Amino acid sequence: MKLELRGITKVFGSLVANDHIDLVIEPGEIHALLGENGAGKSTLMNVLYGLYDPDGGEILVDDEPVTFAGPGDAMAAGIGMVHQHFMLVPVFTVAENVALGHEPVRGGGLIDARKARTLVREISDRFGFEVDPGALVEDLPVGVQQRVEIIKALSRDARVLILDEPTAVLTPQETDELIAIMRQLKEAGTSIVFITHKLREVRAVADRITVIRRGKVVGTADPSAPETELASLMVGRSVSLGVEKAPAEAGDATFQVRGLTVMDSVGNAVVDDVDLDVRRGEILVVAGVQGNGQTELTEAILGLVQPVAGTIVLDGRNLVGGGVAKALEAGIGYVPEDRSTDGIIGTFSVEENLVLDLFHSPPFSRGGALDKAAIRANADRRIVEFDVRTQAVTAMAGTLSGGNQQKVVLAREMSRPLRLFIASQPTRGLDVGSIEFVHKRIVEERDNGTPVIIVSTELDEVLALGDRIAVMYRGRVVGVVPGDTDRDVLGLMMAGVPLEEAVAQAAEHHTVLGEADIEAEEEPE
Amino acid sequence: MSDEPTTEARRPGQPVLESKVDEVGRGVLREILESSWVVTLFAVVAALVLGAILIAAADQHVQTTAGYFFARPSDFFNALGSAVGNAYSALFQGAVVNFHGTTFARVIRPITETMTVSTPLIFAGLGIGIGFRAGLFNIGAQGQIILGAILGGWVGFTFHLPVGLHLLLAVVGAAVGGAVWASIAGVLKATTGANEVIVTIMLNNVAVYLIGYLLTTPMLQAPGVNNPISPPTPPSAQYPLLLGSQFRLHLGFVLALLAAVVVWWLMERSTLGLRFRAVGANPHAARTAGMSVAWVTVWVMAIAGALSGLAGSAQVLGTETSGLTAGVAASFGFDAITVALLGRSKPLGTVLAGLLFGGLRAGGFAMQARTGTPIDIVLVVQSFIVLFIAAPPLVRAIFRLPTPGGPTRAQRRAQKRAARAAAQPVTEEVQA
Repeated sequence: MKLELRGITKVFGSLVANDHIDLVIEPGEIHALLGENGAGKSTLMNVLYGLYDPDGGEILVDDEPVTFAGPGDAMAAGIGMVHQHFMLVPVFTVAENVALGHEPVRGGGLIDARKARTLVREISDRFGFEVDPGALVEDLPVGVQQRVEIIKALSRDARVLILDEPTAVLTPQETDELIAIMRQLKEAGTSIVFITHKLREVRAVADRITVIRRGKVVGTADPSAPETELASLMVGRSVSLGVEKAPAEAGDATFQVRGLTVMDSVGNAVVDDVDLDVRRGEILVVAGVQGNGQTELTEAILGLVQPVAGTIVLDGRNLVGGGVAKALEAGIGYVPEDRSTDGIIGTFSVEENLVLDLFHSPPFSRGGALDKAAIRANADRRIVEFDVRTQAVTAMAGTLSGGNQQKVVLAREMSRPLRLFIASQPTRGLDVGSIEFVHKRIVEERDNGTPVIIVSTELDEVLALGDRIAVMYRGRVVGVVPGDTDRDVLGLMMAGVPLEEAVAQAAEHHTVLGEADIEAEEEPE
Repeated sequence: MSDEPTTEARRPGQPVLESKVDEVGRGVLREILESSWVVTLFAVVAALVLGAILIAAADQHVQTTAGYFFARPSDFFNALGSAVGNAYSALFQGAVVNFHGTTFARVIRPITETMTVSTPLIFAGLGIGIGFRAGLFNIGAQGQIILGAILGGWVGFTFHLPVGLHLLLAVVGAAVGGAVWASIAGVLKATTGANEVIVTIMLNNVAVYLIGYLLTTPMLQAPGVNNPISPPTPPSAQYPLLLGSQFRLHLGFVLALLAAVVVWWLMERSTLGLRFRAVGANPHAARTAGMSVAWVTVWVMAIAGALSGLAGSAQVLGTETSGLTAGVAASFGFDAITVALLGRSKPLGTVLAGLLFGGLRAGGFAMQARTGTPIDIVLVVQSFIVLFIAAPPLVRAIFRLPTPGGPTRAQRRAQKRAARAAAQPVTEEVQA
């Protein structure tokens, strides 16, 4: 099936999300849609999937113009979509999820469960997905859940499959499996639209690449194009992909975690007997797939959650049981994982957000009264220093872009002398320019002699920032490795494989992305 | 699945920070609070229009003329006009200025009555507004007013102290009474996570029966009386009258205005207020910034209760000094919720909304007396006002107001035109 978009335009208020976008997807091709967060990729795909009504332009299937009133129409036309956040019912089985909305029925309105199971098994066998139709979705690993989504789309006879940021939640090995699946589907004649902002993956798998910037198609590229070229096309200027940093001059380990265990609300250990040391002037990256206890680890350090066992010692003082206020007082700077929920108050002004955990002490207040002038002066200084783009310091923080919100949080947390700096997912959802800035500030903080802990699920970021890397899996630290460890080894460790075994396995078999790394090293810079 | 934010992770048995219901409630509340002044204004207008329809429908003359509407429609419209006109004119004259007054005092009495009636509404509304802004639904002002009245009244008629000191002590007593009563809900929420809506509603009931009971015991009941009424408040514990004995307006009104200023300073200029607002706007970020949500809950409830207690003092030490009865709080505690909503939880707004509701109540009596329009209409109008401000999109749709943040209609039209123009050449190509 040939799919064509002509002059698609979508406007939200004053924002032109899609500006006359032309896109042709040939039968059986993997077409990568590359662009930064907010470039308009998802909007375009939602238009294609019938979720948004375009303000202009048209969609052609096999050269016939079509209009989609909703996803139902799009599915009927052979378009399937796998969303970044899976649309699955966790307590249903795979077969039930696949059948949902299109349940095969027997007489009397009863669901034909056997037929649903057969359908799943059939598709699963055809592509070697290895998915058990009777398994509960909540018991499946993320990578398999994604395959369920793909089966769901294929069961509706999708001939064009849209994958929206499919690798965001996967380990490198899972990504590798996904790439294999994509190639298989391509062999079978299914076209794939692969939405991403990760250059490496695009080069590994795509047949053609269309780059979108600020709602416009800014160019097409061949997968053989060098990464730097793709990056500059995507961002609109030349960018440095790596982080420039001198080797760490690590000092004493002033921050130590020993035997830390945190339970969740139902009594499972989400952080399980963790030991960590962070030295002054080094960045320790905590790597791992989302949801393996990293969040709880940082929250326990800050005192947001109470550990059931263990000690957290900063500069010789145990922080356990002290609460958040005490931890901040001890000199912890904390950038939470979810900035819009935990980092800022959207309905508060930028200037108030810049003193959210500092307002109770001079110079921002005296005797319980806020010093508005001091707060304003602080804001004026910080927004220049951290390049926060805002109309005014009195503007509501919620109106800022993600990158600028993150800069507000960073500006606040770095605006006092720190004894420990913790940042969770510091660059998630940010544009390349902001990522460069954030990384630079983090390295500067390290060079000031502050022990730094970064939690990241992005291997690129882990490798770029880490002086040492602690890999977490199911609440435990699988191992602490040097910052220049092989990508494949890290990927295997993120799946729970111990270090020695991971090294051995990685030597035998390189993933597609791991090979790309090696190639990149061999290529002259 | 792991979509749920993990910030809520806590030890088993630790209280839930906030339930899903609370979050939904917060969202609704925020929508109300962030609706524009224009919406509030139009909500009042819309409610008055609906009230006018009801006044007309209830009017005998209008009903008769409607019977022969097609024979002489002019009769019907005249009757309609005069029914609504007379009723609202009576309402206005009963609430603001009586044009038919024979003496100056009579001319201006209505506005002083309005101010008198609004005093407890403003006090309690300020307290409830603080709660709203801190994300707490304090429905218990009624009970807090009663407890304030009990303690304030008791201090008033039990002790014999010098003028000034006696009043001061009675006022402080009323504030403490309300604060303690509200703190029960605050402490329960902070320590066990008990929902403050349920606890405060139940405490209202407890307070009603508590005062009923106490009025039959020697603690409150006046000696030698069979009725459930306390001794009168002695003059030394009464709020001084502001305009002499011809008017009921007392110092409590000035105190209420003063309280509004203090509340403004507290919420906008103090570190305490910043904590309150932060917890109300985003408890997760507040916690991450080192604030204690539990601590804020206790404080907010205590301050809100103290203000409601002062509302009780306005009654027992000001307006109704002849003795404390079970009806001392009337429905002020519930009306104050409306006042706080209408005033969008801001002090100035609360004062204005309190005056409006005080005026509706004071004028309502005059309207009933003069035109026979039932005072219940006033309640209906009040309820409609709340209904409308609770549904800003409805008001915007009725009055065709632009959606905040969205494009204006002119902009939308321009966009549509541009998009059509853009799409045009493409379709032509296809056709060709």
